[in-house]
Amino acid sequence: MIHRLTYPFTREQTEPLQAGDGVRVFGLIYTGRDRLHKYLFEGGACPVPLADGGLYHCGPVMIREGAGWRAVAAGPTTSIREEPFMARILREHGVRVVIGKGGMGTATAKACAETGSVYLEAVGGAAQVLASCIVRVRGVRFESEFGSAEALWELEVADFPALVSIDARGVNLHHRIEHASQRALARLLANEKKDGRG
Amino acid sequence: MKQTDAWGASFLELIRRASTDLPVDVERRLRAMRRAEDPESRARWVFDTILENTALARAKSLPLCQDTGTPLFFLRTPRGTDHLHLEKAICSAVARATRKGWLRQNAIDSITGRAYADNLAPGLPSIHIEQAPVRQVEARLVLKGGGSENMGMQYSLPDDALDAGRDLEGVRRCILDALVRAQGRGCAPGLLGVCIGGDRSAGLLEAKRQFLRSLSDRSPDPALARLEARVSREAVELGIGPMGFGGRGTLMGVKIGSLARLPASFFVSVSYMCWSCRRQGFSARPDGTIARWFQP
Repeated sequence: MIHRLTYPFTREQTEPLQAGDGVRVFGLIYTGRDRLHKYLFEGGACPVPLADGGLYHCGPVMIREGAGWRAVAAGPTTSIREEPFMARILREHGVRVVIGKGGMGTATAKACAETGSVYLEAVGGAAQVLASCIVRVRGVRFESEFGSAEALWELEVADFPALVSIDARGVNLHHRIEHASQRALARLLANEKKDGRG
Repeated sequence: MKQTDAWGASFLELIRRASTDLPVDVERRLRAMRRAEDPESRARWVFDTILENTALARAKSLPLCQDTGTPLFFLRTPRGTDHLHLEKAICSAVARATRKGWLRQNAIDSITGRAYADNLAPGLPSIHIEQAPVRQVEARLVLKGGGSENMGMQYSLPDDALDAGRDLEGVRRCILDALVRAQGRGCAPGLLGVCIGGDRSAGLLEAKRQFLRSLSDRSPDPALARLEARVSREAVELGIGPMGFGGRGTLMGVKIGSLARLPASFFVSVSYMCWSCRRQGFSARPDGTIARWFQP
């Protein structure tokens, strides 16, 4: 089943989601990478309201188009780098939806459960599919301070495809898959010993 | 070779093709892997997105992935070729490709954290030129993303924790361990390049050279060919799936090479390439015009 998430992202929208569900995101989201997360973690003021907002781990490639901007490549970046900062940002700024790739850790999962937030994953490497879901680039903050890739870009998206990786109860999709793969590996290696060919 | 030759234009087109289009064998493999997943599954959805992305990037001539990766150039040249001239042409093409958006500003000063404007920096682009018994220059480019590079491993055998000894069974244990550690984080389904032996630096470079091989080829060494086939089969059973979301499609393939080693050392070097396995190549006439594009 595919769920719709539309900005502002209320708890009513995120709480029914389960790890593994497909979602499509609509409305305003902000990009942020290492620099922004560190800045917010250290208590920096945010120039945009993050409450009920979405934060996309993405360093887009933007080009000037008239007075505005166009996203030419905008896939997710590895989220685990933000693990030291994420929980505090969820609790203190009220971010409700985080989007990235690769999975996040237990501190983020705990904060998701406390705040009713979710962590979504987009398909890594799908820079063109995801850029085509950006219907408008509203603006940019911190561009001169952090550089283009690390800046906070205000994006309006439609039909942006993602998957629930950590749900609002803190259930982490990757934990189950990772444990199952470790058990499968143990079986593959044990068989070899039993066969006596090792 | 004069400044007016075609090398710069040929290398620029090589970068454009590598950044914006997947090799034929890679796209074919991804299609086959899509068919092996259950309809309505998460894995099928990932493969659909991957294939849609590939078609879009090709049609728009835009980067497949915003991480345009480390440019790894591998050249084989006939005797008497001016290597410095080729290196200069490659560097000017890299700078132009960066201005045109086929390469992101992807070279960061490791001390100051500042990005180089043109991707020309100590160690980048990574250029490997060797003389070879060839009649024309053969140039190949691999673009290797940073997320996948982070998933590489190097083992020193014997390894007690893995119960891996200095034999092919030990090598198998290393490869499967690297794959399970990576999960989907290197943008699975990946391609593993492996080198048995060498010193630490030669081993990892030889592992990356394996990415130049066609996905459908087999190692000329029968024992390595068997190991490649076996690990590819076993990867399905791990159930990691594309992007680590679960499924059959964990690995596009594994390519294993070897180098001699010292008696004291036995390294197994594993390099992880993401599904966006960007590699292209050409052979060129002495004036730098392209004679033909390689199509593995």
